[in-house]
Amino acid sequence: MTTKRKPVPLNPAEIKAEMLKRYPPKVARRRDKQIMINEALANDTPEITANVRTIPGIISMRGCTYAGCKGVILGPTRDIVNITHGPIGCGFYSWLTRRNQTDASGAGDANYMTYCFSTDMQDKDIIFGGEKKLEQAIQEAYDLFHPKAIAVFATCPVGLIGDDIHAVAKRMKEKFGDCNVFAFSCEGYKGVSQSAGHHIANNQIFRHVVGEKDEKRPGGFQINLLGEYNIGGDGFEIDRILKRCGITNIATFSGNSTYDQFASAHTADLNCVMCHRSINYVADMLETRYGIPWVKVNFIGAGATAKSLRKIAAYFENPELSGQVEALIAEEMPAVEAARKDVHARTGGKTAMLFVGGSRAHHYQELFKEIGMKTLSAGYEFAHRDDYEGRRVIPHLKVDADSRNIEELVVEPDPERFQPRIDGDRQKSLEAKGLTFKDYEGMVPDMAAGTLVIDDLNQYEAEKLVRAFKPDIFCAGIKEKFSIQKLGVPMKQLHSYDSGGPYAGFRGAINFYREIDRMVNSKVWGYMKAPWQENPELSATYVWE
Amino acid sequence: MLLRHTSAEITERKALTINPAKTCQPIGAMYAALGVHGCLPHSHGSQGCCAYHRSALTRHYKEPISAATSSFTEGASVFGGQANLLAAIENIFAVYEPEVIAVHTTCLSETIGDDLPQITEKARRSGKIPEGRHVLYASTPSYVGSHVTGFSNMVKGMLAVAEPTGTKNGRVNIIPGWVEPADMEEIKRLAALVGVDITLFPDTSGVLNGPLSGEFHMFPEGGVTIKQLKSTPDSIGTLALGEWCSADAARHLDSLFKVPCRVLEMPYGLKATDRFIDALRKIAGVPVPEEVNLERGQLVDLISDMHQYFYHKKVALVGDPDPLIALVEFLATVDMCPVHVLTGTPGKRFEKKIKQLTAGMPFNVNVRSSADMFLLHQWIKNEPVDLIIGNSYCKYIARDEDIPLVRFGFPILDRVGHQYFPTVGYKGGIRLLEKVLGALLDRKDRDDSEQSFELVL
Ligand code: SF4
Ligand code: SF4
Repeated sequence: MTTKRKPVPLNPAEIKAEMLKRYPPKVARRRDKQIMINEALANDTPEITANVRTIPGIISMRGCTYAGCKGVILGPTRDIVNITHGPIGCGFYSWLTRRNQTDASGAGDANYMTYCFSTDMQDKDIIFGGEKKLEQAIQEAYDLFHPKAIAVFATCPVGLIGDDIHAVAKRMKEKFGDCNVFAFSCEGYKGVSQSAGHHIANNQIFRHVVGEKDEKRPGGFQINLLGEYNIGGDGFEIDRILKRCGITNIATFSGNSTYDQFASAHTADLNCVMCHRSINYVADMLETRYGIPWVKVNFIGAGATAKSLRKIAAYFENPELSGQVEALIAEEMPAVEAARKDVHARTGGKTAMLFVGGSRAHHYQELFKEIGMKTLSAGYEFAHRDDYEGRRVIPHLKVDADSRNIEELVVEPDPERFQPRIDGDRQKSLEAKGLTFKDYEGMVPDMAAGTLVIDDLNQYEAEKLVRAFKPDIFCAGIKEKFSIQKLGVPMKQLHSYDSGGPYAGFRGAINFYREIDRMVNSKVWGYMKAPWQENPELSATYVWE
Repeated sequence: MLLRHTSAEITERKALTINPAKTCQPIGAMYAALGVHGCLPHSHGSQGCCAYHRSALTRHYKEPISAATSSFTEGASVFGGQANLLAAIENIFAVYEPEVIAVHTTCLSETIGDDLPQITEKARRSGKIPEGRHVLYASTPSYVGSHVTGFSNMVKGMLAVAEPTGTKNGRVNIIPGWVEPADMEEIKRLAALVGVDITLFPDTSGVLNGPLSGEFHMFPEGGVTIKQLKSTPDSIGTLALGEWCSADAARHLDSLFKVPCRVLEMPYGLKATDRFIDALRKIAGVPVPEEVNLERGQLVDLISDMHQYFYHKKVALVGDPDPLIALVEFLATVDMCPVHVLTGTPGKRFEKKIKQLTAGMPFNVNVRSSADMFLLHQWIKNEPVDLIIGNSYCKYIARDEDIPLVRFGFPILDRVGHQYFPTVGYKGGIRLLEKVLGALLDRKDRDDSEQSFELVL
């Protein structure tokens, strides 16, 4: 006989209280503000505290600023030689460990993504300074590879010993003449999470690369896709769809990207923001300096993909484009629908939890919804309040010491190249037709009342949640994977997907439906107890006949 | 080509490391600490290092890796991390209730100069460490040595709890070095077979090769207990397996408590296992049982059965000094030819030792410590090999150069088996040779022409 577990009270307030109970008072006070019970408020969403320091000793999911900068943002760019300036570890761990794909199959294409470059600082470099070694390392990289660009990333000790990496980069750039060299002060301690690293990375790309190449690329309906990292080939699927609609993607920040794409990003006519968290400020800067407006898109979920394509078409107001978009949606949707219906029969009514990233915990709820799965609880690892509550809270965000640490670029319209892609009247008329610019409403409004929204969830709370709600699937990252699975609940990585993908676009949606079906209905979860553990009584003995 | 920018022409590099063959100290300290029962490793620095080390270990073991961090921000980096560590210790004991916290430093806290003994003492005096609980620590700056050094430092740090009673207990300490949980289990099995009571530390078996049963235990059954660590000075002797990983701790025990020690190679392969068993037998004064002779005989049998496929095959190896020394000896034992042997870990003794072991080979042998996999790849381009032995990163070289690869070492991110099947001891030797043969013969079956393709090999 299986022992029946006591039914658990699924009252969110009680569960929240239970999660906080064991914490020392100081910790409980801080976590209290990061755990929010979603209520439907008139014209408002409840407030959550986010983007605050991780509590020492509490096992967080977060990584560091360097990881956000070198790993996430610059990681997927194939033709820049990325040199980690620091002791060996930081560079080693960010070597090929994210599943960014790249297509470097063209003749003569450079691809340094399979390489790890480091100055491997030794104790004498820490004591006497590492600038000489860095300079020498840049020279050696240049001599060996003659790349278009070399980027330098600072790790924690570098900031402390005061190496001026920017001066070294500048010197080397001038010396080479044909190789752009720039540096990132992305020491791990700089911010409270990876998010600070995204910001530092994007600022420097904006400052040192964007605008370097003025030639207009061929192709109609030119956009940039901001905040898409081509994990498991997501970017390839999105590019396939865009291409079939006749939309030209000038630059993806930064999945499957190259130096030249960044350099000509300012020539596009619309910026489409996927991951609001990691890049919304670049969209703002591109608008201020070059006059390119931005819209929020989402290619995760078949419905969301169709909606995003229509949004782009609406912006360009071109009947031919709209026709191509509608034709493509009509062509792709039947296969999606067939897969969805098939999977829905086995996943409908099941439950999910998502704790990941700065936008993924929101976007993937779409896909779960499409196959009838309900999100019980969700939260971000490194998002800010606006990613939860929407951009309208931005003016009210508190600027604390940690955010002050991260440079905010002040950009002005470019004297020659600023050219508003649409004028005020056109913008108004588009808005009247329902197109919203610069808008993101955040995750919370899309979640049901009574769900728990938790920022920077930690291992202890995750375990409590899973034990209380017994969701059918939990989504987070590699560090969380196996503690959740030991509890008998499948865990899907949504940073790097474990394996498989793409999950974006139409084909990606089909892949995701099938993957979730595989996971929640896997037979393995039924094997955890041996027959004699299920049925331990020795009531009858076998008699050999 | 995946590594399309690697050319055969070798130029000297003074400052740029490309494709490292080592990583940083703290991950070794974290792995070692997981081999203490009821222990939560703690990374004293910013949170990124801890996240990276946990991720790397998780990907290698496919098991939960719990570890905490002091989560430094800029303030802590300027004013020192004492407040963060004190808060962390308090929070950890309140929330996770471990028996032990094992703190290691990072580049950051080392550069700041945080004084772990002093901070720990402060935590104790201010009552942040509950009665009967422990805080171990090790200094692990990554700008010195490698992950192997960090492992060694944490193992030595474990001895802080040692308390001699003055009476010998007849046990033998064995420090296994950075080997897999399955290897630690195998070392315990062999010692039990020989009939020697041992204290193995660290011991990650039962911690990092756990079952799926519907339960999650943050602190699984396995690991050396604090009680066992306390009594290490009462043992009759210590066997340290591996100069780089284990010798420091063994010598420390010897100098502090006069526990005699012997440093052996890690027991990979025939001869190193022979020396290990022989040492065990002599220390404990027991005869070697027939079961062990049988296992040994089976390994020798396999070598003789398949010798034609081993003979003069050229091998490139990359990894950590201790396992490489034993492996190179093993390959030489079966008449294979290690021609490129490289580690990222520093140590001139490594180069000397490999040269000794490969003296008399019919090929020129390249050996380097403090080197990287970019150089290894260049060596291979200049002098091709029949087989590569190394971690998962080698698969990029293996694919580009179309050379079979046997995964061995850390990290292995794309295959399983290392958690479950030992490669130490005689049985482990059989497994290693089976893997080598599998790789070589799969290649032969792929490459042989239809005329020469054969059923029986
Ligand atoms: S800073 Fe040091 S300890 Fe941290 S990951 Fe980098 S090398 Fe390792
Ligand atoms: S040292 Fe700093 S930059 Fe490197 S991994 Fe650790 S926190 Fe990140």
